Amino acid sequence: MSATSILLQFLNGLAGASALFLVAAGLSLIFGVTRIVNFAHGSLVMLGMYLAVALSEVVGFWWALPCAALAVAGLGALIESVLLRRLYRAPELLQLLATFALVLIIRDYALWQWGPEDLLGPRAPGMAGAVTIIGQPFPAYDLFLIAVGPAVLGALWLLLTRTRWGTLVRAATQDREMASALGVNQRLQFTSVFALGALLAGLGGALQLPREPATLKVDLAVVSDAFVVVVVGGLGSLPGAFVAALLIAEVKAFCIALGYSKLTLVVEFLIMALVLVLRPWGLMGRMPAPARGPAALEPPLAAPSPRVLAGLCTLLAALALVPLATTGFTLVLLTDMLVFALFAVSLHFISGPAGLHSFGHAAYFGLGAYGAGILALRIGAPMELSLATAPLLAGGGALLFGWFCVRLSGIYLAMLTLAFAQIAWSVAFQWDAVTGGSNGLIGIWPAPWLASKAAYFWLVLALACAAIALLWRALHSPFGYALRAARDSPLRADAIGIDARALQWAAFTVAGLFAGIAGALHAFSKGSISPESMAVARSVDGLVMVLLGGIQTLTGPLWGAALFTWLQDALARGFDYWRAAIGCVILALVLALPGGLGSLGGLLKRQGRA
Amino acid sequence: MSVLQVSGLSKSFGGVHAVRNVSFAVVAGELLAMIGPNGAGKSTCFNLINGQLTPDAGRVLLEGRSITGLPPRAIWRLGVGRTFQVTATFASMTVRENVQVALLSHARRLPSPFAQAPRLQVAQADALLAQAGMLDQADRPAAVLAYGDLKRLELAIALANRPRLLLMDEPTAGMACGERAALMRLTASLARASAIAVLFTEHDMDTVFTHADRVIVLAGGERIAEGAPAKVRADPRVREAYLGTEALDA
Ligand SMILES: Nc1ncnc2c1ncn2[C@@H]1O[C@H](COP(=O)(O)OP(=O)(O)OP(=O)(O)O)[C@@H](O)[C@H]1O
Ligand SMILES: [Mg+2]
Repeated sequence: MSATSILLQFLNGLAGASALFLVAAGLSLIFGVTRIVNFAHGSLVMLGMYLAVALSEVVGFWWALPCAALAVAGLGALIESVLLRRLYRAPELLQLLATFALVLIIRDYALWQWGPEDLLGPRAPGMAGAVTIIGQPFPAYDLFLIAVGPAVLGALWLLLTRTRWGTLVRAATQDREMASALGVNQRLQFTSVFALGALLAGLGGALQLPREPATLKVDLAVVSDAFVVVVVGGLGSLPGAFVAALLIAEVKAFCIALGYSKLTLVVEFLIMALVLVLRPWGLMGRMPAPARGPAALEPPLAAPSPRVLAGLCTLLAALALVPLATTGFTLVLLTDMLVFALFAVSLHFISGPAGLHSFGHAAYFGLGAYGAGILALRIGAPMELSLATAPLLAGGGALLFGWFCVRLSGIYLAMLTLAFAQIAWSVAFQWDAVTGGSNGLIGIWPAPWLASKAAYFWLVLALACAAIALLWRALHSPFGYALRAARDSPLRADAIGIDARALQWAAFTVAGLFAGIAGALHAFSKGSISPESMAVARSVDGLVMVLLGGIQTLTGPLWGAALFTWLQDALARGFDYWRAAIGCVILALVLALPGGLGSLGGLLKRQGRA
Repeated sequence: MSVLQVSGLSKSFGGVHAVRNVSFAVVAGELLAMIGPNGAGKSTCFNLINGQLTPDAGRVLLEGRSITGLPPRAIWRLGVGRTFQVTATFASMTVRENVQVALLSHARRLPSPFAQAPRLQVAQADALLAQAGMLDQADRPAAVLAYGDLKRLELAIALANRPRLLLMDEPTAGMACGERAALMRLTASLARASAIAVLFTEHDMDTVFTHADRVIVLAGGERIAEGAPAKVRADPRVREAYLGTEALDA
């Protein structure tokens, strides 16, 4: 690389950093004040892009930028005041779920409004050409973008330090309870901060248009990039977000320039993992002020009563008889339900009682699935051996990643698990020779004696039930008690000799292992695997299942998994906007039944008594 | 030999000297009260002894062996139980389960993933709860307990490892007068019967002067007096430290 091309790549990276910074700054502001990690932030970016395309036909590109940004800000204010306001006291995971529902709804809205094809944006009038830098052409618009980042940082800095509103926002970011004690009008503050964050997202999206087309897939891609930036920079720190955006964008630009474009995702998330391990609160973040007052209270986790156990056994017996009645589609659906029930129970194991909210549990499902596929296809191992060995691969992955993850907690842990899952995903996506790349692997079939749908169903039923029973048993063992103890009060746990980290590491590994069993079973039931099986969306599916069922109940994940699998299947057939429909169901449930389906029983009982 | 011997203990937070060159000892069966105005450094002392904080200087000896710098869980294994000023219990678990966890940890059974925990150590847990007057609430979730009851639960937990040294940070806060006396009498009888050394803090001076064998007074992180209750009570420096609080005249 010559000095000139290094300079140009550097400038290219700077241009990329600006939009990234805008988006991340919005996310960071919103988190700082409301303590909500807005999964739908990328969706707001996407809306900004589409709106800007649409508006620029009417008012021209330059006017479309502020108009699109303001429209997204308005939507942000609406989302905050209608939806999120009801959730500030809800558990963190429930808030995330609600914002994820918005992702689904907004994506389908864009699909409905603008269709599935990418929309090419307009060139920026007056900046469509290139300028010459040391004899090389460089897009003029990119120079403009390079200036936007610092300009917005400056404007935000002035807003936050020179206005009363800004002072109150900073106070709330540092110590929410203190600020509310000072009598800040929280409603207005939260709505305005959310609107500002949305404005930045919309603007960040609109500004990207001359560089890339508006596409539906941008939502999750952008939000994971923004997560990385915010976490690397330090939650709630704007200068941190700026520095991190520069760092990430430069690293990406140089990866691409050096011909390692496949590595960009891995490198980005490796940076994040490294930063989180070395500086858990990010480059410029500070340790969060400890929450005063009781933390979110987790209700007790009762062992299943004899009646519940009897009910489960009856259900098991009934399921075992199903293949005698039908070997049609119902059986396929039931097989899926069982596989995902195991996946959800393994996720519940760590996110509920152990309190480790994993956002990347699909990594271990995927490792199990790919492990089975690779053993069967590439090495030619018999199916039984592949099925038995693949979960060990998942367990091994969890052992490795878990070592880092249990060093963190709360939202930081969630982000690190997400980062590791993204790494696993991009390896699967790009390692064509072994994983089949984006096509995945096909032709992974069970052994002849399990070839019939009925036989395979019985295998899944037996293995899933045994695995679930083991996990449940572990929750009511001394090990499970210790996990809950370490979650409830790390201080007290440490003071009675509990090595919380070691236990959590073990739990993380066990959960990964069991997710791997689910993954391997899934691979052989479908005959194929694609990278989708370990994508962010799959991890979130798992969380949705757990939360639908109720994270504080033991059997909740079962019902959640069954309902979600059924919903997805029923809606996906014959309805184009099934994602939005699932999103609406999730929102309705989150608002009406924050305790999940599992709390329904208790609720009905209470009403019956009243 | 003293069960606990602290020498030259110091700790500062930024510019605040929370504990400065504090030395004292507690012998088996003795109740030593540590008193001092708010912010005197009492809780910090406790945290230095049980390993939650590492001292800037000084040593902590447990039965002659240095435990300075060990993590809390290691110090607990050596026989130090403690209660917290702001109670720390397992809110999602029942009162009995809280004690069971501590007992299981003491028995080194926590790693076992298959045993049925609800059936383990029940009798021992109930005995500890009965001692602390909490048996009737054994099946309630810890989250719903009154503050005084949480303090009692903490005592039961702290006794689960048959401690040689018991650290109690304001053990009777949130209790009525009669309950305070009962709890301190219980503590004293346990200390005598099992030769436990007890170090406790307390803001209620009646409780201190009635139940403590000896008193050490901290102010501004430094030890300003130590000795028999009556002697300490009469000490002019102590009166000065408490000036305006009138606590000593209670
Ligand atoms: N983790 C900490 N970080 C900074 N300062 C601390 C910390 N812990 C204690 N301090 C400071 O050290 C000093 C001693 O505090 P400590 O809690 O030990 O007092 P105390 O005697 O227990 O008071 P109280 O009677 O109110 O419980 C106080 O000035 C306190 O603000
Ligand atoms: Mg104190």
